[in-house]
Order: sequence, then C-alpha cells, then structure tokens
Amino acid sequence: MKSYKKLSLALTLAALMVFVAACGGGASTDKNEGTSNKDNKTGALSGSLTVSGSSAMQPLVAAAAEEFMAENPKVDVQVNAGGSGTGLSQVAEGSVQIGNSDVFAEEKEGIPADKLVDHKVAVVGMTAAVNPKVGIKDIKKADLIKVFTGKITNWKELGGADQKIVLVNRPDSSGTRAVFNKFALDGATPAEGITEDSSNTVKKILNETEGAIGYLAFSYFTDDTVTALAIDGVKPTEENVQSGQFPVWAYQHSYTKGEATDLAKAFLDYLMSDDIQNTLLKEQGYLPVTKMKVERDAEGNQKDL
Amino acid sequence: MEKLEPAKDRLLKSKKNWLDGEIRGNILVIMCAVIMISATISITIFLGTKGLQSFIKNGVSLIEFITSTHWNPTNQAKPEYGALPFIFGSFAVTFLSAIVAAPLGIGGAIFMTEIAPSWGRKILQPVIELLVGIPSVVYGFIGLTVLVPFIREHVGGLGFSLLSGTIVLSIMILPTVTTIATDAMSSLPKNLREGSYALGATRWQTIRKVLIPAALPTLLTAIVLGMARAFGEALAVQMVIGNVRDLPTSLLDASATLTTIITLNMGHTTYGSIENNTLWSMGLILLIMSFAFILLIRYLSSRRKM
Repeated sequence: MKSYKKLSLALTLAALMVFVAACGGGASTDKNEGTSNKDNKTGALSGSLTVSGSSAMQPLVAAAAEEFMAENPKVDVQVNAGGSGTGLSQVAEGSVQIGNSDVFAEEKEGIPADKLVDHKVAVVGMTAAVNPKVGIKDIKKADLIKVFTGKITNWKELGGADQKIVLVNRPDSSGTRAVFNKFALDGATPAEGITEDSSNTVKKILNETEGAIGYLAFSYFTDDTVTALAIDGVKPTEENVQSGQFPVWAYQHSYTKGEATDLAKAFLDYLMSDDIQNTLLKEQGYLPVTKMKVERDAEGNQKDL
Repeated sequence: MEKLEPAKDRLLKSKKNWLDGEIRGNILVIMCAVIMISATISITIFLGTKGLQSFIKNGVSLIEFITSTHWNPTNQAKPEYGALPFIFGSFAVTFLSAIVAAPLGIGGAIFMTEIAPSWGRKILQPVIELLVGIPSVVYGFIGLTVLVPFIREHVGGLGFSLLSGTIVLSIMILPTVTTIATDAMSSLPKNLREGSYALGATRWQTIRKVLIPAALPTLLTAIVLGMARAFGEALAVQMVIGNVRDLPTSLLDASATLTTIITLNMGHTTYGSIENNTLWSMGLILLIMSFAFILLIRYLSSRRKM
C-alpha cells in the first residue's frame, strides 16, 4: 500500500510537471535565454544563445558554434534548423537571438525588415547541374531560361544527347529557388517538374535520372556524379563569384532584432573573423563574404566594392 | 502468533486509507483524461483558427482553394492558391494504397487465424510487428533508392510517380490492416466455424461465406484506419512521389499530396504570411478528413453491434 502510494504520488507529480512544462514552455524561454554576463575578472563570456533558421546554414553555424564554445567554455550556443521563414519569424518575435536566412528579410512577406539588422556572414554560389550523360558543360543564359520554362524539351536542341529534359525544382518558398530564378532565369517562372527540398536528394536524382537538370550550391560539386554548368562561358568558380562575373550567388544572412548585443554580437564577430571566414567556411563549401569584390542589395542590384 | 483481526474490523479501520487511495487514483485517472481531451480540443481550435485565416484575413477564395488546379503562391503579380491537385493526390494515394493493402492484409489475417494458426502466426506476427517499427523516413529512403529507379527502368516514366507513392504507402499501412483484421477474425465465436463445418462446408466455403461476412464491419474498420494513416503520411511519400503540382493523368505521373506540400514549404515561409496560412488551411483539411475517417469507423462499428 505504501509503495503504491509513493508511486502514485510520483506519477501525479510527473504528470503535473509535464503539464506545467508544456504550458509554460513557450512563454518562459525567451526571458531566460539571451542573458549574458561579462565576467569582470577574466573578461570571459558566459550565458546562452539560441540561433534558428535556414537549414542550409545550419551545419556552418553549428560548426562555428562548437569552436566558439570551445574557446568560451561558459557559453552555450544552440543552433536549430527550421528553414529561413522560421528563423526570420522567430527572430522578429524575439524568441531567438539570431535568425539565419538565405534570403533578404525584405523578400519575405510579413517580416518587419526595418527592425532587423542584417549580418552577411557568408556567400554561397550556385549553378545549374545536369546528369553527366547529357553531354553539355556550358549553356547560354537564354537557353537555360528556355530549358527551365519548358520551351526546349530535348537536350539535342542544345547539342547534347538525344534525351528528354527532366526538371528538378525546389519548393516555391525555398530561398535557393528564389535566388536561382532571379539571377539565373532573370525572374522567369520555371515550368512544373519534380520538386525536392534537400540538396542531397536533388543531387541523387540528377545523378540517377537521364536528362535531368536542377540546381545546386557549389559545395555539392565534389565528385563527377553531376555536371556543373558554366553559364555564358563563365565557369562556376569561387573567383568568378567574387569578381562578380558569375551571377548566381546569394548571401547567407544572420539577422538580429535591433543591433546585436553582448553574446550575439560576440558570436557574430566570431563568424566574421578571419579564422572562420578563411578556414571553416571553405571546409563547409561557402565563400568568405570578406573577399567579395562586389556587393548586392535586397533588390538584387550589384555594384563594385 | 498474534491473533488476526476480524476482516470486518480491519476494513472499517482502514476505511480512511482506502478512501484516500481511491480518491487519489480517481484524480490521477481523471487528470490523464482531461489532459488528453484538452490537447485534442486545443489542437482542433488552433488548427481551425489558423486554417481559416487564409480565407478570412487574406481573402483567399475557398472555392478557388478547393477547386482550382493552379498553385502559384510566390508569383508576386498574380498569386494563385488552388490546392485541388494536392487534395486529389492525397485521396488518390490513399485509396490506391487501400486497394493494394486491403486484400493483402485480410489475406494475411485469414492465413494467420484459419489456415495456419500455430506456425503461420509465429512467423507472420513478428514480421508485421517489424514493419510497424521501421520509421517512415526509412521507407521513403528505400523507396527513393530501390523503387524509383526500378519503376523508371522497368515500368516507365520518371520513377517519381503515384505508383511509387502507392506502393510505399501500401507497405506502411499493411501492419495496421493486418493486425486489426486478425483481431476481427480471431474474435469470431468458435461455433460459427463449427456450425459451418457441421453443415458440410469446406474450409474455403466457411471462410468465404461465413467468417468474412461476419467479420466484415471490423475488416472495413481495419481498412479505414489504414487509409487514415496513409492520408496523413508525409515523409515517405514526399521522397518518392515527385511533388509536382499538376493533376496526374496516369499512375506513372509524378504528383503531390497535402502533407508533402506542407512539409516542403512550411520551414521556408514566414509566420502569418498568406502562403503560411494556406499551408495551415491544408492542415485543416487533413484534420477534417481524419474526423471523417473516425466518423466512418464509428458508423461501421455501430453497424456491427446490430
């Protein structure tokens, strides 16, 4: 009887705790997190920081956070991936301190872009990629638009193999799609095709499907399973993106609500440090934003630095 | 040895203790029920308000949403919000997979209960339990790696198709159908079988003419439950169906379902935007459909009692 009572008490408490945690969770997190204190004696950082957003940026930011935490043992940085929309929404409502996005906040509906401060931490270049058997390595931009809008349906029209063109798109709201449509297709709406979100899945499909064309970030061209296309004769290389000759690239943004403070500022500074920009970024397949010779605004206007 | 108290005294004395335990247990169980009920109700309310926002706040036409085949929410000049291809895709894969899984599942159940109750069950039961345990992402990945290329090379089309989605879903709902069908068959009273045999019916005649009709309402429940699961499945389907927003014209055409469009787009959209709200509306449709499935199951099982 006694042990049963204890058990029932424990169960009741457990149930209560789950209930209370479930109810209170949403409201309390943003108050406790993001508090950071500078320890006056040592100057070391402490506190916790929550980062959310673009799943494409997650590996980079998580790797940087790991090194950051190794250098500042009292700091706890959590990096979640939920998509750019989620990251921007959460940073705008203040539930995370940093929201990652692969598009400008201005391009997303319902985000108070004027309240958010943009920190461009990296650049990612992307280009059209085809199944190796298609047999072309270079494509004119006008032809690329015709391919993606369905006006050209067979690769032989472009001097390739006699294969039907199979489009592999990204979801409507995807940042990768937005960038590719804007800078590679000059704003044309692509025809309907297979739609996949994950770059790895896209690469797999391109490799396995005869006549397939899609688009991938440079970091996925590590082997010869897919062929990266040069556009108008400009090869998709780091140098060409940095000099502004290759048009299809985008910033990876870290947004803060208002100017970054304390821990968020320290972490963003760390991301911009030469250490991260020159080594970690390269390892993860990104281009350092510090070496860009051109810059771009939210409308897509490009100018030399 | 101490003399034992009479049972009557003992019970009277410990009445307080007994009552305490009784009340505590009561509260515990009521609390569990309240949490479950309030969770369901709050999800329904939340999804209801979120899902209706695109029609009320953003002025998307409900008629357009469920009848138009044009889905183009990111087009700045003229956004279109027709979810019919996804609704159609959801229903198509659900019914097709039920058509495949129902005979298989019920056949397996008959095999386990009537043909080989001892060794058949010993083999089939763990196999089915194993099928339940495999996560849906694994089904999807196997489908993407094995099924899609197979269909592309041996059947035709791109491989990403309604057919692939149907096959993956059939395997996923097979355990649900088989388990409930097995329960239905084995809970039939023994005298049904014995009576039939006594009348000179063969085993197959007994199964076909007596047992299946007797268990039919529960067998239908099994199929509907399987369909409810198929309707809500997202991940595995997304990996093999191709996610094309055109209405499919054949089994080999790529298609999309409500769930795949939600999972593909949810993370990219911002809270409160029209696109995000239309995704919630699709979620609401899924919820309404699952209510419809539950009503259907209720109706079927009430028929059984009569």
